[in-house]
Amino acid sequence: MSKLTLKTEGDTHVIVTRRFAAKPETVFRAHTEPKLIQKWMLGPEGWTMPVCISEAKPGGKIRYEWAEGDKPGFYLTGEYLEVEPYSRIVHVERMHMPDPTPDNHVETRFEADGSGTLMTMRMTLPDAETRKAMLDTGMDQGMEASYQRLEELAEKGQLAA
Amino acid sequence: MLDLDSAFSALADPTRRAILARLALGEATVMELAEPFEMTQPAVSRHLKVLEGAGLILRRVEGTKRPCRLAPQAITEIDRWLDWLREAMARNYDRLDGVLAEMENEEGKDRS
Repeated sequence: MSKLTLKTEGDTHVIVTRRFAAKPETVFRAHTEPKLIQKWMLGPEGWTMPVCISEAKPGGKIRYEWAEGDKPGFYLTGEYLEVEPYSRIVHVERMHMPDPTPDNHVETRFEADGSGTLMTMRMTLPDAETRKAMLDTGMDQGMEASYQRLEELAEKGQLAA
Repeated sequence: MLDLDSAFSALADPTRRAILARLALGEATVMELAEPFEMTQPAVSRHLKVLEGAGLILRRVEGTKRPCRLAPQAITEIDRWLDWLREAMARNYDRLDGVLAEMENEEGKDRS
């Protein structure tokens, strides 16, 4: 059973949902308390998060730094905008690779679902310039659709070799 | 500072992904790319340098211009990157399941 769903909405949104077998308060805490975040938000095997700052209050700072073994990796910074324990978080974030990506605005909801929790993450992609760039290049259906399109073009042999 | 695969790091930027999507439609010059993106030519050139360094695009010389096109391996790299993202996300949530079970377990102990 695939518990994670990812879909696009409109021109600029990406919606991710996931069910958890724990109550909303527990899931909320695992998303906001640094010691808990460091246990799971690690990405691929072998990566760790040596630095985790998460001040879960409006205006609070977010900073996650990942590393692969001894080698430093990339980091993410952001700010909390709204925090409603234990049901809703609104924050902005950007990755530094090391160039910062445009701001991603994220609303995360935690709703009781039977004895568990349904999490819904609604991401609003960046600024007008990035949105326009995406629209101009046919990325309006989101990343996934755009890459499917790229693949189709490749299959049709329309990509310059 | 980065030790990620250069293609992955190049693909992490939405503007560079948009440039790739544009190049999927055919070859383009820096000027042609700068226009729809409302970016300066030096800014576009910077992105193209990253994409070229990552082996995602190829450039040829035509007089004073250096038109770009998508490299054949770009699609493979995009697939690998998407798989990596999906996998990283799925792994995170599988780990979170474990953390949540642990938390609720400890809570149960506290109550008893």
